[in-house]
Amino acid sequence: MELVSPGIGLIFWMTLAFLAVLFILGKYAWKPIMKALKERELTIHEALNAAERAREEITQLQVNNEILIREAKNERDLLLGEARKLKDSIIEEARQKASEEANRIVINAKESIHYEKMAAMSELKNQLADLSLEIAKKILKRELADPQKQEAFVNELLTDVKFN
Amino acid sequence: MHGKGTLVNFIAFVGFFLFGQMAYSHGQEGTSLEPWDSTKHKTEKEFAGKEKFDAGKLIIEHVTDNHEWHIVTLGRTHITIPLPVILYYDGHLYSFWSNRFHNPEHAYRGFVIQEDSPDRGKIIRAGIHNPGVAILPVYDFSITKTVFAVLFSSLLLILIFISVANTYKSTPDKAPKGLQNAMEVIILFIRDDIAKSSIGEKRYEKYVPYLLTIFFFIFFNNLLGIIPLFPGGANVTGNIAVTGVMAACTLVITTFSANRHYWIDIINTPGVPWWLKLPVPLMPVVEFIGVLTKPFVLMVRLFANMLAGHIIILGFISIIFIFGGMAVALGYGVSIVSLAFMVFMDLLEILVALIQAYVFTLLSALYFGLAIGEPKHH
Repeated sequence: MELVSPGIGLIFWMTLAFLAVLFILGKYAWKPIMKALKERELTIHEALNAAERAREEITQLQVNNEILIREAKNERDLLLGEARKLKDSIIEEARQKASEEANRIVINAKESIHYEKMAAMSELKNQLADLSLEIAKKILKRELADPQKQEAFVNELLTDVKFN
Repeated sequence: MHGKGTLVNFIAFVGFFLFGQMAYSHGQEGTSLEPWDSTKHKTEKEFAGKEKFDAGKLIIEHVTDNHEWHIVTLGRTHITIPLPVILYYDGHLYSFWSNRFHNPEHAYRGFVIQEDSPDRGKIIRAGIHNPGVAILPVYDFSITKTVFAVLFSSLLLILIFISVANTYKSTPDKAPKGLQNAMEVIILFIRDDIAKSSIGEKRYEKYVPYLLTIFFFIFFNNLLGIIPLFPGGANVTGNIAVTGVMAACTLVITTFSANRHYWIDIINTPGVPWWLKLPVPLMPVVEFIGVLTKPFVLMVRLFANMLAGHIIILGFISIIFIFGGMAVALGYGVSIVSLAFMVFMDLLEILVALIQAYVFTLLSALYFGLAIGEPKHH
């Protein structure tokens, strides 16, 4: 019977002690512990979120980088293509100019050769004429030293004039 | 959950009474004990003559409350811690140390401790059974063994958890370590798996301090009860007043946090034929009884489980002395078996200490959850 009949004193002290423990622990232990746990969970949560965000940012960065690299590559290819085209065109132009110049030089040369030839020819002609005249003069001198021969010659010339 | 709990509790209760009776009947046919191995608790009277080992008496003495804290008896010397006796009788307050009763009359200032069942250990007015003595109630507010153990464990709880709280304050946002880490596991378990899941995400926070307090209060007292040395060994949670106060707290919190739906469900129970409610309000009465049985079950379950554990262990100790009383060699022989059983039971008791604290906390949380919950439409 003494086992199942609670004593008033024990009930009194137990209530007092239990409520005191409940109050003291509630105020000085559970409250700060719960607060600290919550804060820590929040911190961890935030840290995880931040890590997730950082990872996303990195992925985004990587994507951006890839895009940038691709763009750079394209631009490089474009530039290279343009350069190649430019080079080709420059070479072509140069070649054209060179050939034009060459042609011009050749024409000039031809012309000058022509002129030179003409000049030389006319000079040659003149010299030839002079030489012929000189020779003719000398021949005539020698031929016409004799007066008979002079007369024959004049006659011949006169005949020529006649037949002309 | 509720129904199952009740069944478990009922079995435990019946088991305790059966075992208690068995232990007691063993005690009745108790045999003589040699003086040399008298390290057990005995009253001075027993030392006088040829003593009888009374297992039932020993067990009851150990599991019930006491006005002094008996530690050990060496030879004929009792090592006892006297505790303050505080009495309120007939408009007067009396207070003195419990060792004042250690005199030939066993009475002090007109009070005696009742020696026999029922109400053994209760302080009564001397000569109350004589005709002509006025029967007035003695209000006993003594710091008994159980009260002392409650105060001790309360102090321990406060010291431990304030120190844990300080660790949280001094190292915020750091990984927990040591005692803080050990407690955090349990604290988080109670918060997340008991409070949050039973009461609900929205309103569990208000109840967490109470649930943590009852859990650790029961758990600490259960564990201290297993330790056989002072200041442990007191049967605190196996005392019906202690469990009753805690159950009453749960009842009070449940009642005061109950919302409209809770009361409507009691008065007009849904899903029940109308003729069970009108004209005879059978279901409301049953439901109202249910409100009271829930904490009652909490009280009895914890009390019976812890008491049974203490009784079984004391029973195994007593067996050694019962057989030792028949023959010394037999006592030694049985002690091996008995010790093995005691070790097993102590380990089991550690498990029970945890389980009972958990069950009490979980059921309290479930009752709070029922009280504040929204109606469930079936």
